Amino acid sequence: MSLVDVTGLRVDFGALRAVDGLSFRLEEGAALALVGESGSGKSTVASALLGLHRGTGARVEGTVEVAGTDVQHASDEELRRLRGGRAAMVFQDPLSSLDPYYAVGDQIAEVYRVHARASRRAARARAVEVLNRVGIPDAVRRSRFRPHEFSGGMRQRALIAMALACEPRLLIADEPTTALDVTVQAQVLDLLQTLREETGMGLLLVTHDVGVAAESVDEVLVMRHGKAVEHGPVTGVLGAPAEPYTRELLAAVPRLDAPRKTSTAPEEVVLEADGLRRVFGRGKRAFTAVDDVSLTLRRGETLGIVGESGSGKTTLGRMLVGLLEPTAGTLTFEGRPHAGVTPAVQMVFQDPVSSLNPRRSVGESIADPLRARGERQEGRIRERVGELLVRVGLDAAHYDRYPHEFSGGQRQRVGIARALAADPRVIVCDEPVSALDVTTQAHVVDLLAELQRELGLALVFVAHDLAVVRQASDRVAVMRRGRVVEEGPVEDVYESPSDPYTRQLLAAVPALDPEAAERRRVQREELATA
Amino acid sequence: MNGFTGFVLRRAVGAGVTLLAISVIVYVVFYATPGNVAQITCGPRCSPEQVHQVARQLNLDDPLFVRFGHFLQGLVAGQDYSTGTSVQHCSAPCLGLSYQSDQQVMQLIWAKLPVSLSLVAGAMVLWLILGVGTGMLSAWRRGRFSERVLTGVTLAGTATPVFVIGLILMIVVCGELRLLPFPQYVALTDDPEQWAWNLLLPWLSLALIEAAAFARLTRASMLETLAEDHIRTFRAYGVGERSIVGRHALRGAFAPVIALNANNVGSAIGGAVLTETLFGLPGIGQELVHAVNVVDLPVVVGMVLVIGFFVVLANAVADVLYAVADRRVVLT
Repeated sequence: MSLVDVTGLRVDFGALRAVDGLSFRLEEGAALALVGESGSGKSTVASALLGLHRGTGARVEGTVEVAGTDVQHASDEELRRLRGGRAAMVFQDPLSSLDPYYAVGDQIAEVYRVHARASRRAARARAVEVLNRVGIPDAVRRSRFRPHEFSGGMRQRALIAMALACEPRLLIADEPTTALDVTVQAQVLDLLQTLREETGMGLLLVTHDVGVAAESVDEVLVMRHGKAVEHGPVTGVLGAPAEPYTRELLAAVPRLDAPRKTSTAPEEVVLEADGLRRVFGRGKRAFTAVDDVSLTLRRGETLGIVGESGSGKTTLGRMLVGLLEPTAGTLTFEGRPHAGVTPAVQMVFQDPVSSLNPRRSVGESIADPLRARGERQEGRIRERVGELLVRVGLDAAHYDRYPHEFSGGQRQRVGIARALAADPRVIVCDEPVSALDVTTQAHVVDLLAELQRELGLALVFVAHDLAVVRQASDRVAVMRRGRVVEEGPVEDVYESPSDPYTRQLLAAVPALDPEAAERRRVQREELATA
Repeated sequence: MNGFTGFVLRRAVGAGVTLLAISVIVYVVFYATPGNVAQITCGPRCSPEQVHQVARQLNLDDPLFVRFGHFLQGLVAGQDYSTGTSVQHCSAPCLGLSYQSDQQVMQLIWAKLPVSLSLVAGAMVLWLILGVGTGMLSAWRRGRFSERVLTGVTLAGTATPVFVIGLILMIVVCGELRLLPFPQYVALTDDPEQWAWNLLLPWLSLALIEAAAFARLTRASMLETLAEDHIRTFRAYGVGERSIVGRHALRGAFAPVIALNANNVGSAIGGAVLTETLFGLPGIGQELVHAVNVVDLPVVVGMVLVIGFFVVLANAVADVLYAVADRRVVLT
């Protein structure tokens, strides 16, 4: 009997069919990845395996068998025994997935006591044991910490520890590394791999990241609109995809080894930063977010700024636009000292959902910079906004629509149109595509490149994703702890990184090819022991 | 816990500064308002000379800031008052003498405060039990018939004035059923048992009014928490619904309930006039209303300050509890 056996699964949320006739099996100890873009129904499938749709109003049809339990017909009690006991789930956002008020160790112990007859003490000991197992240093002490006292990677490890507590036969991981930095992501994926080898548990990995799938599983199931597009061994599906959609998905994935046309940027410097420094807080709590950073940006070129969370890249981006005042250092724009916000230097923000006012139409949002410059004639404003909307690939008639009517990619286009409205010469893009699906990512990056060519813009592209930065930039600066550790033309930095940290970052990027993934894993081990 | 001690200290200093600001505002607002205080204090039949004499006696001729200086001095160091023939010493903290009775305001307050504190403390326990309990139940049974009944009952509770609830309770419990005697204040120090029995109905009437707000707040915060990701985690790990609601969701309601409770306790100490009047409890609220009616400014100012003191104290305690309950709170 298979560990997971799903036949003809259909899940409806009201009129929306999220999963449409999906069937697959997972054998004991095997690993399968459900890969798809947002809205493809992959997380819905993961929830269905544990019967989590029960009582939510969703209609579930078909048969779902997990570790010998018929999830559709099981009693609430049987379902509770399955959840966490035989099949455990690791969720995407490790901060919100743990109760903020209780110590991590207590939460693991609580889950353990649901499934095992154990005293409080024994359960607590078990919690420390599994925390230790997932590589949390000083687990006895750390088990008393609350989730906010953990780093992102430690939280995800703690969630995995919770999953391990009852020795499940199946681990369901729903985007387990999406919220993590690339080096931490690599550590977590390596941990999952080791645990699987040691415990022989099955793994169902849900991810939008083909690279993450290639790193971790034997089989891949590509989903789109709730249906299976392609299903097979990982080497086959990712190496020689049969379906056009799979090929499209793979083509959109930014690659580290992709060649990039080198632009012939003129030597004219538009923006220059010299010794930029930014300190937050005072006295003992003072924290230097950006420390002595000097950069030059030339006309028509893209400067990538890459780094992990907390490296100071967003702070630097904000200082370049004038949203934050530097504690020390100078900014020069076109030969003149530059302070405060100017129309010529604009910004595109990371989250296209929260960076647009939900109560105003997108046209009104785009018109803001025009009005700020003193344009009062409604007709002219509408005309210009219409042009801008067309310019970023939307429709002039979208003026009166509201942000929620647009998809993530479209919203980011609106954000770009708003930045363009001020006729800027420099646009600082702060993680412009990290909230988007890979295919949408590719479209937005293409749009930015096109705008740059046609308008002669200089772009600063801030991102944590090394592959995206490579694809989008001419030159790249690698940041760590507020400092630029390496800077140079993209080819040089990526092909022959001189700084050990850059090497570590590059080794952590998931590879699309499972064999390359294995090589990288070995490389990471070497770097870790070196 | 060094940072924590520092936080408590800083919070206490902040409370002191707030109180000083309140005292300035209260003093200025009451003493600078137009109206001849001396005339009112002396009575309608006083001759101009008599009024003038009263004004001198009450130092009403001095500039406002001088009088406020005296007032502060009295608060910190105590003061001597001459009342015609004899000299009365008013030891710190001195809030002055009543215009009407020449009694020390502080003594007046000391006499009334135990009544108000007894009323509010007992009512608070009841409204927390009733309110949070009802809120929990309705969050747990959300969307079902029992929840709608509970919501209806609590809504009716808030919508009914305290004197209606109190009267009904008195008529039924004391009049018809004769379960309790008609309430009459007995000091806690005199007879704890009689104290509790006599205050039971006032507690209940006050608590029933306040409980609805707590029920709604608890329900709303619990439902909010129940929709959060970490609740999904525990469901996905087979943790029972009782533990999810009682342990994880309830914890989320803790902070807002503390905050609301602080405000309610603070304001009920001086604001439960209706309850005090209805049950004949000689508390701060009643006395304050009387003092306002006869323009006995020292009493009004003193009582407002004491009430302010309790509001500030309750909020400071709430902040500290808040920080204890949620370690993510940044201590500043």
